[in-house]
Amino acid sequence: MGDKNKMETRNLNLYYKGFQALINVSFPVKENTVTALIGPSGCGKSTFLRTLNRMNDVIEGTRIKGEVLLDDENIYDAEVDPVVLRKQVGMVFQRPNPFPMSIYDNIAYGPRIHGRKNKDELNEIVEKSLQAAALWDEVKDRLHKSALGLSGGQQQRLVIARVLAVDPQVILMDEPASALDPISTAKLEDLIHQLKSSYTIVIVTHNMQQAARVSDFTGFFLNGEMIEYSVTNTMFTAPRIKQTEDYITGRFG
Amino acid sequence: MMNKRLKEKAGFGALAVLTFLAVVPVLAIIGYLVWQGWPALTWEFLTQPPRKFLTEGGIYPAIIGTLALTVGTIMVAMPLGIGTAIYLVEYAGENVFTKLIRIAIINLAGVPSVVYGLFGMGMFVLTLGLGRSLAVGALTLGILTLPIIISTAEEALLAVPDSYRYASLALGATKWQTVRRVVLPVALPAILTGTILGIGRAAGETAPIMFTAAVVYTPRLPDSIYDQVMALPYHLYAISTEVPNVSQHMAFGAALVLLAIVGAMNLVAVVIRTRMRLKRLR
Ligand SMILES: Nc1ncnc2c1ncn2[C@@H]1O[C@H](COP(=O)(O)OP(=O)(O)O)[C@@H](O)[C@H]1O
Ligand SMILES: [Mg+2]
Repeated sequence: MGDKNKMETRNLNLYYKGFQALINVSFPVKENTVTALIGPSGCGKSTFLRTLNRMNDVIEGTRIKGEVLLDDENIYDAEVDPVVLRKQVGMVFQRPNPFPMSIYDNIAYGPRIHGRKNKDELNEIVEKSLQAAALWDEVKDRLHKSALGLSGGQQQRLVIARVLAVDPQVILMDEPASALDPISTAKLEDLIHQLKSSYTIVIVTHNMQQAARVSDFTGFFLNGEMIEYSVTNTMFTAPRIKQTEDYITGRFG
Repeated sequence: MMNKRLKEKAGFGALAVLTFLAVVPVLAIIGYLVWQGWPALTWEFLTQPPRKFLTEGGIYPAIIGTLALTVGTIMVAMPLGIGTAIYLVEYAGENVFTKLIRIAIINLAGVPSVVYGLFGMGMFVLTLGLGRSLAVGALTLGILTLPIIISTAEEALLAVPDSYRYASLALGATKWQTVRRVVLPVALPAILTGTILGIGRAAGETAPIMFTAAVVYTPRLPDSIYDQVMALPYHLYAISTEVPNVSQHMAFGAALVLLAIVGAMNLVAVVIRTRMRLKRLR
């Protein structure tokens, strides 16, 4: 398990117009590990996640102070193009959001916008990505059917395959299982385990057991601050801070 | 006291009657047109130019003129209207400038069509010296349809869920790639429907073309965009008001043809929409 910080935030503050949603967050994301973000609703987990691929830029009125490093380079530097950054740091959203296109076109979307046209090459990427997302066997006979015909769990794995197809280094997941049934959730968690060897993963989850099962490190957020960060095991057995313990044991949140 | 179910029945009954009343005039108009116009619809009527000061012969040049004006209107209004809507929805955001544009568009929609005609004549025919022509008629009708196209296209774009935009941007797509490859295809059926309905409306307008493009009589078909043309609505207007001794049937025959053209365009809109919707779900 890597000791290298794949990403890292330093004294990160984020404002939505007048409202400060992140306060001085300094947070490491270690390479080839799964890092879980937990905390009550509205504490800033999604906001924090979006700072890692600059998806907050899309929201009008956001302002940021501090640094976010990817391989020791600040991704908010003027010369960094967010479009290029997002190819390296992919994102999976809370609700599965496949495009209203065929399964194949969904996966090929990323490679195509990044200039790949060769058919054989695209076929290969599509197959490889679907395989890596543990979806190939279920959809290989219907690649050219609409992606909207898939179940919720399949759609979420499709979305992951779509992210894998652009060959990112980091994958951000914002409560990816919150709309899924238990069986689909289990499949997704298995998948996250497998992906960890090749990718660095940051996952927001509401579910303590899930955080315990899938992650190596956990950060606890409260009211825009990162209260506690440690190895997942330690976090769930011996939290250092009272509020963390209260949250984990279900006393609030 | 009336019980609930009875009240509901009475309510639906009243609505059904009102609906029927609303449909009656439409059916009456169509019925009357067919009744009066049908006898005129001969092969000669559809394929020959008029003769004897429009009292005999056919309306072929007017049919071609209206079709040409319609194609021209589409070429002017579609790119401009859809482009404006894309700019407003996807790029501009909410600010004073876009508010002003929206107010202008709303007001433009309320301007009487004869004013567009006068504007077209003043601007394109006289000031720019383009002369009365197919091109100027299409420009004028295009501007007339712009408000409808812009607002339907805006609505269609706004109806595209943001989750598609986010998904695309998060994959490293630029804004334009996102608009072109994800947002537009989703919005297109609704945009096309609105566009065609708006242009169908324009195809029937008289006032905007009478100063800018249409002539009472020419047996020639247009062979360049600088030619003047005959057009069905103006032809109708002319034979009903300016030419004595035209048979009723000739006028209603022309009206029926105009209605059929507009009806066919609306049908095309419905077919496009249905097919594109189905395609997306398969
Ligand atoms: N687009 C936005 N504009 C203004 N405030 C926002 C926006 N998004 C989130 N917030 C606020 O920022 C805080 C953190 O939100 P969020 O990151 O979504 O929390 P979480 O994901 O932990 O539930 C909340 O108080 C929320 O109301
Ligand atoms: Mg959230």
